[in-house]
Amino acid sequence: MVRVDGSGSGGALIQVRGVDKNYSRAGEEIHVLQSLNLDVDKGEFVAFMGPSGSGKTTLLNLLGGLDVPTHGSITVDGDEITHMSAGKLTQWRARHVGFIFQMYNLIPVLNAFQNVELPLLLTKLSKSERRQHVEAALTIVGLAERMNHYPRQLSGGQEQRVAIARAIVADPTFLLCDEPTGDLDRKSADEILDLLTRLSTEYHKTILMVTHDPAAAERAHTLLHLNKGVLVEGAHLDQVAGGVA
Amino acid sequence: MKYSSLLFANLFRKKVRLMLTIGSFAAALFLFTFLAVVKSAFSRGVEVAGADRLVVINRTSIIQPLPIADRDKILTIPGIKAITHNNWFGGVYQDEKNFFPQFAIDIENQRMVFPEMVVPDDQWKTFLNDRQGAIAGARTAKRFGWKVGDRIPIKTTLFGGPGAWEFNLDGIYHNDRPGGDESQFWLQYKYFDESMPADQKGLIGWYVIRLDNPEDAARVAGAVDAVFANSTYETKTETESAFAASWVKQFGNIEFLILTIGSVVFFTLLLVTGNTMAIAVRERTAELAVLKAVGFSDRAVLFMVLGESILIAAIGGTLGLVFAAAAVPVLANALNGLLPVLVVSPVTLLTGVGFALAVGALSGLIPAFGAMRLRVVDALRRV
Repeated sequence: MVRVDGSGSGGALIQVRGVDKNYSRAGEEIHVLQSLNLDVDKGEFVAFMGPSGSGKTTLLNLLGGLDVPTHGSITVDGDEITHMSAGKLTQWRARHVGFIFQMYNLIPVLNAFQNVELPLLLTKLSKSERRQHVEAALTIVGLAERMNHYPRQLSGGQEQRVAIARAIVADPTFLLCDEPTGDLDRKSADEILDLLTRLSTEYHKTILMVTHDPAAAERAHTLLHLNKGVLVEGAHLDQVAGGVA
Repeated sequence: MKYSSLLFANLFRKKVRLMLTIGSFAAALFLFTFLAVVKSAFSRGVEVAGADRLVVINRTSIIQPLPIADRDKILTIPGIKAITHNNWFGGVYQDEKNFFPQFAIDIENQRMVFPEMVVPDDQWKTFLNDRQGAIAGARTAKRFGWKVGDRIPIKTTLFGGPGAWEFNLDGIYHNDRPGGDESQFWLQYKYFDESMPADQKGLIGWYVIRLDNPEDAARVAGAVDAVFANSTYETKTETESAFAASWVKQFGNIEFLILTIGSVVFFTLLLVTGNTMAIAVRERTAELAVLKAVGFSDRAVLFMVLGESILIAAIGGTLGLVFAAAAVPVLANALNGLLPVLVVSPVTLLTGVGFALAVGALSGLIPAFGAMRLRVVDALRRV
């Protein structure tokens, strides 16, 4: 279940309450998010759409503990992250969040295996345990045979699949995807969306995805529309697509 | 160690840049080691000088002689254990480039004043009974392949006109003190004096006094100079280390020169490496942001950048030190003993390693702090 009116029960995996996010630019106060409420239950696949500058990425950054709200609170799996210290927040991210970026953001000097292994370096897993986890993650994304390839030796779609393997390898509480298909052709984009859908249906991963792509949004269980910092539930795809254009 | 693959992968990201930076370090450390070795060679005399010895020279200049008769007057001063005298012979062996110091010595007192220069008793006995005898330092003997019993011709333009003086090598001395001089060549003063023209007989180059107590150095030095004040042969008496230091100063202010060059090298290297690390961090802004996003702490990122910088310094520094260690003996041979001892000591090596690591850490500090303070949100927005 996903709600945006603040009426969700205390059992939601993600609870956002009265979140404002303001920026100050050239002396002017910009209100990016206003009194935002959101409840996301475990296993949900949520898509956020909205025009550029509507605050989609800002919301994702707040949910991922990369940024802090000006007002309000965010609670994930019982942990209120809004008042955590920077150090605690870093540890929390390592344990709970898997990030998937539009530009993949793989480390070019590391091969696929090493890129996927990165989050596991922060755990107490042994080398052989890390190897098992990495191989499992790369198998899920269908790139087990490419584990020794460097990013430059992979296509865009394959790079994004490695990035997804990196995001899931530590079995995080939820995945945050920022335009995961934004830099891909239609075929590769569909493969990535198939993979995300599988992660949601087969592995019951909670996924929050920002996208401009209506085809991507269609895969989500719930589509939320963000406009001028305000979240609207159940927006029709046609309306949203019109807003983007 | 878990992060080593990441550290090394980042290190070899730009191979040409890495090679150039390592090359800068290697060149700087090579120069640093070379300068340190030369400085050490110049100051070795000061370091190994006897604390209980005074050197008495003519107040005008060391090349002006003193009468041998002054010896007895000096011995009247309380606190003197022994006194000996030396004359500069100034010869060469076979060729002009074969320079080494030769002294006409006072055979009765030499070993009492310089006990660290050890000659086996049987060899010394032979020397005492051989008017044309000579004792060579182990280093000089090794340099020319001399053995006890060899006939050694030494040419000098200072004494006795053209032609070579012939000596029998009766013994070889070793120096008990680490780094002590083993390059001298001793001949008997009596044999030397007999060959002098009448107006130069009975003159010596300088006296060396051994004291009962090193704490009496200032008093005895003052007393010696007072005895000969306002005489034809006024004296200048100083401790052996002060004498060695003033000898070094004749070459110029070596320490200042080396410090200046060293400082320029240090700051140049700091700027070169600092710039390299700053560029490396700037190029990797997005990657560092991703590392932080997936859970790498600020401190881990700081140490990763610092580690890279220190690793470059360690590799470059080690290469420089190895090259220097290989090149110094070549230089020593080329200089033909002009400088007493050219060696890369463990202290020099350790100082070099410390210098390299310090430059590595300092140059990486600002970029590392920049990486540490990087805000993930800002960095990802720039991509």
